[in-house]
Parts: sequence; C-alpha cells; structure tokens
Amino acid sequence: MAKDKLLDFDKALELFEPVLGFEVHVELNTKTKMFCGCANAFGEGANTNTCPTCLGLPGGLPQVNRKAIESSIRLGLALGCEIAENCRFARKNYFYPDTSKNFQTSQYDEPIAFDGSLTLELESGREVTVLIERAHMEEDAGKLTHMGGATGRIQGADYSLVDFNRGGVPLVEIVTKIIEGAEADAPEIGRAYVSAVRDIVRALGVSNARMEEGNIRCDANVSLRRRGETKLGTRTETKNVNSLRSVERAVRYEIQRQAAILEAGGSITQETRHWHEDSGTTSAGRPKSDADDYRYFPEPDLVPVAPSRDWVEELRASLPEPPAERNARLRDAWGFTKLEFQDVVNGELLDIVEQTVAAGASPADARKWWTGELTRIANAQGVGVATLVAPTDVAQLSALVASGDLTDRLARQALEGVVAGEGSPAEVVEKRGLKVVSDDGALIAAIDEALAAQPDVLEKIKDGKVQAAGAVIGAVMKAMKGQADAARVRELVLERAAQ
Amino acid sequence: MSEISTDLVRHLAGLARIDLSEAELESLTGELAKIVDSIAKVSEVATPDVVATSHPIPLQNVFRDDEVRPSLTVEQALSGAPEREGDRFKVAAILDEEQ
Repeated sequence: MAKDKLLDFDKALELFEPVLGFEVHVELNTKTKMFCGCANAFGEGANTNTCPTCLGLPGGLPQVNRKAIESSIRLGLALGCEIAENCRFARKNYFYPDTSKNFQTSQYDEPIAFDGSLTLELESGREVTVLIERAHMEEDAGKLTHMGGATGRIQGADYSLVDFNRGGVPLVEIVTKIIEGAEADAPEIGRAYVSAVRDIVRALGVSNARMEEGNIRCDANVSLRRRGETKLGTRTETKNVNSLRSVERAVRYEIQRQAAILEAGGSITQETRHWHEDSGTTSAGRPKSDADDYRYFPEPDLVPVAPSRDWVEELRASLPEPPAERNARLRDAWGFTKLEFQDVVNGELLDIVEQTVAAGASPADARKWWTGELTRIANAQGVGVATLVAPTDVAQLSALVASGDLTDRLARQALEGVVAGEGSPAEVVEKRGLKVVSDDGALIAAIDEALAAQPDVLEKIKDGKVQAAGAVIGAVMKAMKGQADAARVRELVLERAAQ
Repeated sequence: MSEISTDLVRHLAGLARIDLSEAELESLTGELAKIVDSIAKVSEVATPDVVATSHPIPLQNVFRDDEVRPSLTVEQALSGAPEREGDRFKVAAILDEEQ
C-alpha cells in the first residue's frame, strides 16, 4: 500500500480549519434481536442464532423488540434529544453479503430521537458542545470473514464467510451535526465525544459498551476548509475506529493526509476509508453512495412507532445521574486529578471504587488497590477485575494498613489470599500469620543480632553516616520475613546508636 | 414524460448487481418509464391535504417482549446455502464491490 503524504499537523491547522462529524453505533444489550426472538449473544458458534426473519427467508416477518425501543428512547433522552411522537422504520437497500435480505431495516427521515446535545470538557478545561442531529434505530449486519490472500483483509481475499449471528442485533446510530471551531483540539474532541457517549451508554446499562468487542463503533467524518473560505470541503468517512485512542489518531491522520493533498493542489475524494489500528493509517474503501442510491422506502412489514408522552416521561424519570455530572461530583469529593479519575473511569471501576469508599476506604486507597494490584491480577488471570474480591474486602485491607497491622507488602500477600478464596483479609492475615511484628522486644532482639554481625555500623551512625543503618534494617526485615514495619525498625536502630 | 433514461437503468442495475445486455437496458427503460408515468397519475389526484400513506391499516406500537425464542439449527440455517464452509455461508470474493 502506497504511503500517504502527511502535512505537519500545526502547518495543516495554519492553512485549514478542520470540520468534524461523528456517527457512533451502539449495540444494545437486549436479550433478543431487534426484529426476531433469536438470542443477541456474543461469541457463540457461527449461525446458531438465526431464523427466517433475520436470514431474510421467504415468509419471515419482523416484530419490534419493545426493550430495544425503550433503550433507544432512554439513550435519546440522555443525549438531550426530543423523542418523536411518531416514527417509522425504512428499508435501506444495498447488495452486499453481510445482509441476506438485501436491505437493512433502519430509520430514514423519521428517527426516534433528534436535536440533542452533549457538552464535553477537554483537558485544557475548554468546554465544547456537540449538537446531536439524530439517534435512530437499526439492525446490525452479519459478520464477514475474508479468507485467503495474504492479509486477511478485503483486498486480496479469495472468498468470504458469513456468520449471521450478529445480523439483526439492535443498534442505535447517533449522528452529530457538523462540528466547527474544533481547531487544534479536533483529535481530542473526537476522543472526548466518543468517551462521553460510552459513559452515558454504560450508565444507562443499555449496552455492554466495550469498544474492543465492537459494542460501540465510531465512524469519523473529517473535512478541511481553507482559511478564509466559507464553503465546506469534501469529507471522508473513516470507519472501523474502535478505540478511544484510535478516534484521536484517525482524526489527526485525516487532517494531515487531506491537508497534504490540498496543499499540493489536489482534491479530496468523497469516500469511506478504513482505519488500520496496527499501522495507524487509513486506506480508501468504496466511494460513498448517495443516499438516493439506497432507495429508502418505509418498511411495509412494520407499523409506526408512536411512543406515548406518558411512556417517554416515565423513562425520563428513570434516567441515572448524567455521567458528566456524576464524574465531576465524585472527582471533586475524592480529590483526584483528572488523570487519576480517568484511570478509574477507563478501567470501568467507578462503581466499585465508589462502593469501596462507601465501605470505609479512603478514595486514594480504593483507587490504588483497584487500578493497581487488582487490575494487574485480573489481567494476568484474564478475568474481570470486579469478580476478584468485594469492595468490603478492599476497605478492610485498607483499614489493616492504616492501623499499622499490615505493611503494603504484607497487604498484597493478604490480597492474594482473598483472591484465592481463603476468606476475608482479616481471616487471611490470621491464617497465613501475616501480621506486622509490632512487639518492640522482638525487633530489638533482631537488631542486636544484626549489630553483632556488623559491629562497625553503630560507629558509623554515631559519626553521622545515618545511611549505614540501611544494612541493619535490611537484615532485621529479612529475619522478620518482611513482617516488620521498616520505619519502626529504623527508629529503633537510631535510638540504639544514640544510647 | 418520466425521467427514466438508459443511463439511470444501467446505474440501478449496477446497484442491484444485475448484469443487463444493451437490448435489455433499452426495453427496461421503456417499461420502467411507462410504470413511472402511470404511477405519476396518482399524484394528480393527491392534494396537499392527503398525507402519504405507508400503511393502510391504522395500527401502531405493535411490540414483542424481549424473550428468546428458539432459533433454527445450524443445519437448517445453512440448508439453502449455495456454498458453505464449516458452519458459515461461503460467498464470492467481494473485492470489486468494496473498491
């Protein structure tokens, strides 16, 4: 693949104004598909969850999943949207093997939700409000696997295999209005926007919200407008951008790529582009079809959806605290830096840290254990961190350290025991005999022994070489099998030298 | 007169992945033009106070509960497949369409 020429980012911004737009697809976590009773499940055997309706066989008749409508309305409300009093599904006609019906059931000119907004706070503190054009319901397509060829990509494939388990799974597609004035923040705005949508979806519980599993997928539209001009430039739509970091990188890449072409006197082709995570580049996909080419028409097999205002208000009342507000409230209460807080959010640990704090741990301790040692163990074992221990276990552990019963090192050992199912932290400490030796008599005996082995140490300390105490402290800690408070040992050694 | 041209029919055939000969394009252009003209007569009687109808029956909000129902077996699902590999449908390389 020929390498794209890129213009320096700062130079690109000097010459052009980036204009953005995002389409985010959210896969809902309903039990069944959008229009049939097949299970909406991830990672099962190929083509095990299909029926005449989602395979598009003759006689199949779609039936709308009430829960999917409810989730769509809740998501629309959380994005500050109006909810349509009446809307319809439409057929989007296209011929591609990821749908065997030759159309996708979607919504066209009558989305269920429209005219919303989402305010983002950037690292710099700058606030940007992104206007939401619409959020509409549609169904996912089947999964294609390209076989043969060298790369496993579409290019060079000999044939493709289709698994329709994902075909018909409910999606909500959220479309922004064009975002102007992003300037050098454009890549960060992309990331912050998708992150905000993810947080909302997660708080609502309407999706599993794992980008790496494709539950949230982002298409990034980027165009450049030469400074001083008013007409929008030609845009490209970069698909397959499936992590927050990729959104940022893809927007930056497209700005630099388009700027280089325009600066060399070329023009941008309106097309979809594919994002390649490994190389951090985009490559041309198909030329973008006009909406006309999809020959949208109202789905004759489905009747209109007209959510009553009572239902909408009932759902509005069920909305959780908006994630942005909750985040601001908790960050403030916990006194975390933005980075520390983001660590917790990105690790999906917000709820569990909150529960741990409620169980009595300090916010700093709760964060340290969950994002540190526990996340490390979870990654090593390939399990979810929340399944390892209970928030109350972490709170108890944290209390044992605070009271001086455990050192950090002993606490990690105790935690291992809790993870291994040996009981609560206190029980593990008891069973494994992990308690810090706080009996000064035992410590002094060990110190005397160490001093006898290293007779010159006391003289050195008396001469002001306090660091000489290190060798004795090390020997005592070793003799105590680490179950001593090093700071207390140091105190005792220095006291001894002062005698 | 309708605006159906041979080029438009060729474009539509391309979108639908139907390979048409020049003779077929010619005859279909004429036939589609007649159909469009006939349907256009409807708009002569449709006044602005007649709302476009997508569904003749005044029904709305017909929903299904979110409960799993049995799916087809893999064998049933694949029984009509022209080609298969393992438990998946096998289709021709789609390189052309993607570019």
